[in-house]
Amino acid sequence: MAKINPIDPDYFKDERAAPGFKVIGTTVPRSDALGHVTGRTEFFEDRTFPNLAHLKIHRSPHHHALIDSVDTSHAEQTPGVLRVLTYKDVPANWYGVLRLIGIGPDDEPVLAEDRVIYKGEPIVAVVADSEAAALEGASRVRVSYTELPAVLDVEEAMSPDAPIIKRAGTNYFVYEGHHSRRIRFGDVEAGFARADHVFDWRYSSAPIEHAPTETTGCIVVPQSNGRLLIHSNTQAAFFTLDNTALIINRAPTDLQVKGGTVGGGFGGKVDVMVEPLACIAATLTNRPVKFVYTREEEMQVSSPRAAERIYIKDGVLSDGRIVARKIMLYVDAGAYARHSPYGATKAAAHLPGPYTIPNVHADCHCVYTNRTPSSAMRGFGVTIADFAIESQMDRIARALDLDPLEFRLRNAYRDGDLKAHRKVASGTALIEVIQRAAELVGHELPEEYRAMSSTTPRGAQA
Amino acid sequence: MTVTIVNLKVNGVDQAFMARPGTTLLLALREQLGLTGAKRGCAQGACGSCTVLLDGAPVVSCLVPATTVDGADIATVEGLADGQQLSDVQQAFLDGFATQCGFCTPGMLMSAEALLARNPDPTADEVNEAISGNVCRCTGYAPIVSAILDAAERRRNRVEATH
Amino acid sequence: MTLLRGRGYASVNYPTGMNLGGDPSQAIIHATTMGGFVVTLSSVDLGQGLKTVVAQCAAETLGIPMENVIIDTADTDTGPHCMGTFASRGTHRVGNAVIMAAREAREVMLQVAADELEVDAGDLETDGTGFVRLKGSPATKIHISDIALAAHFKQGKSISGRGIFLKERSYPVPETGEMDPDSCQAHACTVAEVEVDDETGIVTVLRMYNTYEIGRALNPAMVAQQVEGGAWMGVSHAIFESTEPYYPASRAHGPIDFCEYLMPGPAEIPVQTSVILERPASNGPFGAKGIGEMTANAPIPAIANAIFDACGVRLTTMPFTPESVLRGLDALRAA
Ligand code: FES
Ligand code: FES
Repeated sequence: MAKINPIDPDYFKDERAAPGFKVIGTTVPRSDALGHVTGRTEFFEDRTFPNLAHLKIHRSPHHHALIDSVDTSHAEQTPGVLRVLTYKDVPANWYGVLRLIGIGPDDEPVLAEDRVIYKGEPIVAVVADSEAAALEGASRVRVSYTELPAVLDVEEAMSPDAPIIKRAGTNYFVYEGHHSRRIRFGDVEAGFARADHVFDWRYSSAPIEHAPTETTGCIVVPQSNGRLLIHSNTQAAFFTLDNTALIINRAPTDLQVKGGTVGGGFGGKVDVMVEPLACIAATLTNRPVKFVYTREEEMQVSSPRAAERIYIKDGVLSDGRIVARKIMLYVDAGAYARHSPYGATKAAAHLPGPYTIPNVHADCHCVYTNRTPSSAMRGFGVTIADFAIESQMDRIARALDLDPLEFRLRNAYRDGDLKAHRKVASGTALIEVIQRAAELVGHELPEEYRAMSSTTPRGAQA
Repeated sequence: MTVTIVNLKVNGVDQAFMARPGTTLLLALREQLGLTGAKRGCAQGACGSCTVLLDGAPVVSCLVPATTVDGADIATVEGLADGQQLSDVQQAFLDGFATQCGFCTPGMLMSAEALLARNPDPTADEVNEAISGNVCRCTGYAPIVSAILDAAERRRNRVEATH
Repeated sequence: MTLLRGRGYASVNYPTGMNLGGDPSQAIIHATTMGGFVVTLSSVDLGQGLKTVVAQCAAETLGIPMENVIIDTADTDTGPHCMGTFASRGTHRVGNAVIMAAREAREVMLQVAADELEVDAGDLETDGTGFVRLKGSPATKIHISDIALAAHFKQGKSISGRGIFLKERSYPVPETGEMDPDSCQAHACTVAEVEVDDETGIVTVLRMYNTYEIGRALNPAMVAQQVEGGAWMGVSHAIFESTEPYYPASRAHGPIDFCEYLMPGPAEIPVQTSVILERPASNGPFGAKGIGEMTANAPIPAIANAIFDACGVRLTTMPFTPESVLRGLDALRAA
């Protein structure tokens, strides 16, 4: 039988009163489960089409190199190969997915032109009768390179003598003239001056793969009326449609995306990586074309969760009140922007975590390196920041010999507090989840802490 | 290119397909027999989403050359239910909310069916072992393990009831 | 060899939605001849169960049984725009759009019923089983299939509704970072108990106790799915996962399959005990907040803190591999 976690009715009693719901709050069966257990759920790849062609990619073996020449003749002569695509076949080769909401510049080529800036960057696409022929054709593409020094560290990339790897001229995303998304709240230096203790530590993470069990892919089917029908496992149907239309320079009304049933996404299927090339291939061959990542491509070439490096400096009073927090955060965007500029902004809005701190200073950098471009993943901008912040909280509590939960409760944000990005907090419940967790594990809290509430203003406490 | 005609039984029905060298059982099932329940999660033998039963034993069909299954008896997820009547394992997955995206589900079900066929009363450790080749990225496994244990109990109760 | 045990804590919040450029989703609902209500969307279900929760939102608002709701989604020719499934926005945005559409459709449905029953629409209510009835005199009632038939063939009315939820755009102020990117905040606190093997460096997460504040639990079994699956991913991130095990020093050694890219299997999962709190969000569908992403976050630092508690090694780099634990233990011994 289904596991159900108890809902504690004693918290927020008045607010949660439910006005006679009939369906909401009840465990109704999942509408998709019967299809899942009978194998009838239709994922994009479960559709078969006569004459289906397959698309595979020839990729860069170098982190950073100039392309001297590309020879596709052997690929073209491979039995079963229908068509070989280079950047010249992509009508609007340079793109950036966030241009739909006005974020630029377009910094990524669909297929590399005169250089590659990460290992695995696509250079040539091969369309063939079978997957095997497409793979064989892709392996027969000959590219000659002049290797360039690679930048693989975020702070090195930011240093003035680092080689510039981006055509926009900086190894970082420019936020309205700034080298980072900034938070400036109160006076952080005055806060440190006032503090009894200052703690300054560094945290970091490595890239992480979404690893959905179904890899990223699509099948594009030319329709009798000239339109293209895209069966896709994208996480965002219109976002994919609009970006694809811009890249292939067709009217958006020429395209139709069908999807909605996806074998896991976790943020890995919002990058619009497969649809544009499959559309071009389907148009040029007038055949249905499938482009689906292999597991190896999914693991090493598709965007991972960005690695981050985070420095947190805290000023704390002896009684455990944090009075200043300064954060330097570096998101390793890899070679191209994709969704990372957004992730760094999301991180900025999240800082300094769920605590009310009167003086906050944060610089969140979106840095380019010669790595697989990172992008959105479950909690991006927040997950790694939470690791850093909550490790920091634990270390400070230990350094000052404070109870770790009492230390958090003392600084927890409440309704009415002004957050560092100048939004007034409402609907807060950090205090209550801590109190309830303490109860769950028999961690005794003094009455003063048990009496705290998110809905009562901090008053003299602040 | 030599093409081999492969005769086999799939879910109790006689079937045949033409296999080119290099084709896998998974692709034959999906593309030639239209049985798309088994999924391709990796084509490397490492995710289990393509699991089917070959003469009763669970195999990752993406690694089985199609030409080698002549005369074999294959069971896939499509054959588990008897008409509208779900198998115990299917029903337990349904009742236990053991599916999220559902992509791993067909493979999980086949691994579970194979386990219960040879061991009607498995321990949790034996269930863990049986599905250790099946990757699930969504559920955290606990509901899947519970569902398989629940299915084992349902099966035992049914057997008792008929005795 | 010694097995060292420790406990660690972490508490977090998480925003629902991430908007800067304007974040909308739409829904359209119409009744079929026999009283089915088709909810047309272009939203994507990644496995979290969006199709089911938005059907619940529609059924609740229309006052009809779940069986009468049909979700038709993610065809851009028929479904109205949805920004996509990410940033814990799906349930919140799409749920709100569906509620708005369902309210409009409900109003027409009640008006058609009122004309059939020759009463005032304001005096009608739904009973949730498929009937519209007169408040206070439940014998005066009409089934939704009869309402739909009357609308189609007698009254010439379209029982339908349009809904949109838009989180308005908010551009950050470049100097200060002032912005309004999200709609509400969910909360979580995790207590993790670990065991560290001081000979192999292997960390085993034994138990996790979680409390989650999620606004409103729309479907409790699906809440359990989200929180347990998410916490598993948190454990996996904490002690196993990376595409670049020697980041940033080396780009080599990247795993290319599930044999090399490690994640906890069914034998390596902690026992999870979770409690849900509800503080409904004023702008959420029936108060719900987005929780899809948050559930993976608190376990990571809770595990890091538990490792320190167990063996005195402070790991500041994810993931917390056996190698990093052993190096930490060596450093402690050398000190
Ligand atoms: S597809 Fe066969 S094991 Fe992954
Ligand atoms: S339910 Fe998604 S992989 Fe298992």
